[in-house]
Amino acid sequence: MKTFGGKVLFLDRDDINTDEIIPAKYLTEITKDALKPYLLEDLRLEGFDSKRDIEGKSVIVTRANFGCGSSREHAPWALEVNGINVVIAENFARIFRQNMYNCGMFAIELPKEKIDYLFDTYKDKDTTIEIDVDNDKIIISSEGKCEEIDFTIGEFDKALIKEGGWVGYADKHY
Amino acid sequence: MYKRHIEYIKKGMIDMKEKRTIAEKIFDAHRVDMPFPDTHVLKLDAVFCHEITTPIAITDLQKRGMDRVFDASKIKAVIDHVSPAKDSKTAEQGKILREWARRHGIKDFFDIGRNGVCHALFPEKGFVRPGYTVIMGDSHTCTHGAFGAFAAGVGTTDLEVGILKGVCSFRTPKTIKIVLNGKLRPGVYAKDVILFIIKELTVNGATNKIIEFTGPVIDEMSMEARMTLCNMAIEAGGTCGICYPDATTVDYLWEFIKDEFETKEDALKEYSKWISDEGAEYEKVYEYDVSDLEPMVTFGYKPDQVKTVREMEGTKVDQIYIGSCTNGRIEDLRVAAEVLRGKKIHDNVRGIVSPATPAVYSAALKEGIIEIFQDAGFCVTNPTCGACLGMSNGVLAEGEVCASTTNRNFNGRMGKGGMVHLMSPATAAATAIKGSITNSRLFEEGGV
Repeated sequence: MKTFGGKVLFLDRDDINTDEIIPAKYLTEITKDALKPYLLEDLRLEGFDSKRDIEGKSVIVTRANFGCGSSREHAPWALEVNGINVVIAENFARIFRQNMYNCGMFAIELPKEKIDYLFDTYKDKDTTIEIDVDNDKIIISSEGKCEEIDFTIGEFDKALIKEGGWVGYADKHY
Repeated sequence: MYKRHIEYIKKGMIDMKEKRTIAEKIFDAHRVDMPFPDTHVLKLDAVFCHEITTPIAITDLQKRGMDRVFDASKIKAVIDHVSPAKDSKTAEQGKILREWARRHGIKDFFDIGRNGVCHALFPEKGFVRPGYTVIMGDSHTCTHGAFGAFAAGVGTTDLEVGILKGVCSFRTPKTIKIVLNGKLRPGVYAKDVILFIIKELTVNGATNKIIEFTGPVIDEMSMEARMTLCNMAIEAGGTCGICYPDATTVDYLWEFIKDEFETKEDALKEYSKWISDEGAEYEKVYEYDVSDLEPMVTFGYKPDQVKTVREMEGTKVDQIYIGSCTNGRIEDLRVAAEVLRGKKIHDNVRGIVSPATPAVYSAALKEGIIEIFQDAGFCVTNPTCGACLGMSNGVLAEGEVCASTTNRNFNGRMGKGGMVHLMSPATAAATAIKGSITNSRLFEEGGV
């Protein structure tokens, strides 16, 4: 099975919308790869530079309501082609969350105090997060230390991850 | 009811509900599977498609060797986001959609000349009925809940499965009920009401929830106004906005349903099954008296950053945009024209109006509304989504400000570095005349 995780990008803001994740003017692209240079181009976040900060990251940790706004699946695709296949947040906009699992990617919700803890403890450190898919654990490593946090996702979300997405699942079942 | 649903109820994994919301009733009537207790796979009555999110679904289906459609009569497609095509890429998107529609015999395909903004065009064609399930690869699909339907925006993969299999999965519906009491003052519209509600709920307040709009204020609203209201449910995170079908709904749909029913009363009786039961369970109920509500406008980069127009009075703008799936319908143009009649827009602003559909355009021509806009100094464009999402027909330059009747004020939405203030068509028209944000005389003279 595919592995999920890697270096973490911290985005310390609520309500990051899909226009910020990938601006509408790039929705004319017909391939996912063409979206790669434009991920988070319009993000309003002090100190963040999309040209500098995305490279080499595989996980995003952010606050509440990530992916709100437009239904564009170009948002998860833009993450995917940049090597990001896990987003951890307090909660997600419904369509974005479904798009992530439909593409076989993780959108993990953690309570606010756990998200606060991740920001307080790891935001300014070189941090790696791996997802233990079978045991529902987030494994965090930073500066030689390692800890685990439990998470829960729906059974349906898990089934989609196992089938590699909704098209495969639906084709098999309906 | 689907057999596994009954199994879960028997096992005590979910409750049997005697009193149901409209969304629960629609789910019960459309459920084809329940792979898990919180996962509902619903049969779809309509799958809507446009040229931005559908072509990738089409090419993916082709790649998988599954280039099929579940039912060509239930698929409706339109080229609306960038029309006419502005470059080779948008031309290619149109081409993929056009050829796909031809290949599969999709009769309800609307190409340039017949096309309009999807969420204005499809209701106008009678494609949405009370009790329907509808998906589209577009977040503002929630608009169609105005007809008492469950209509939700989805991504390309959900759309792809919808096209192929005619189904879509949803979690157990939870509903927020909003009761609107009182009577709106003159010059205050559905747009002002929904901006006020989004401010109250916040942009994350209805995430994963359906927003049911009810009460005397809704009863008084036209279908156009209800669509404006439901259109922005997504701006509070809502899955769908929903209004109960009533005599107004039946009147609007009559030309499409008159062969199905002998009288309007019969239609109303049939559609009345799509009304929430007294005693149905809600996540939350909000009750507002909106009799004192004033015209509202957004100020930041989030649609819940809302103030009264009075508080924002004098804010300078560069462009006025009247159109979109929120406020590009004939009623909206009528109100704006009433404000603009005999007036000129300010020297420092430019005005753009995009009637949302060809029918809106024709009606506006016939009623002399187009002439009023032109005399005032507005540019009248063909129906398209264009400027609303910064794709064509009115993109802003860095640092420019737009007074807009659209639905999103996100950073960069109408062009990189631009600022968008969302407002009603009346406020937008008054703002065009003054060159800065201001209330319309329809409100000012309405007896403040």
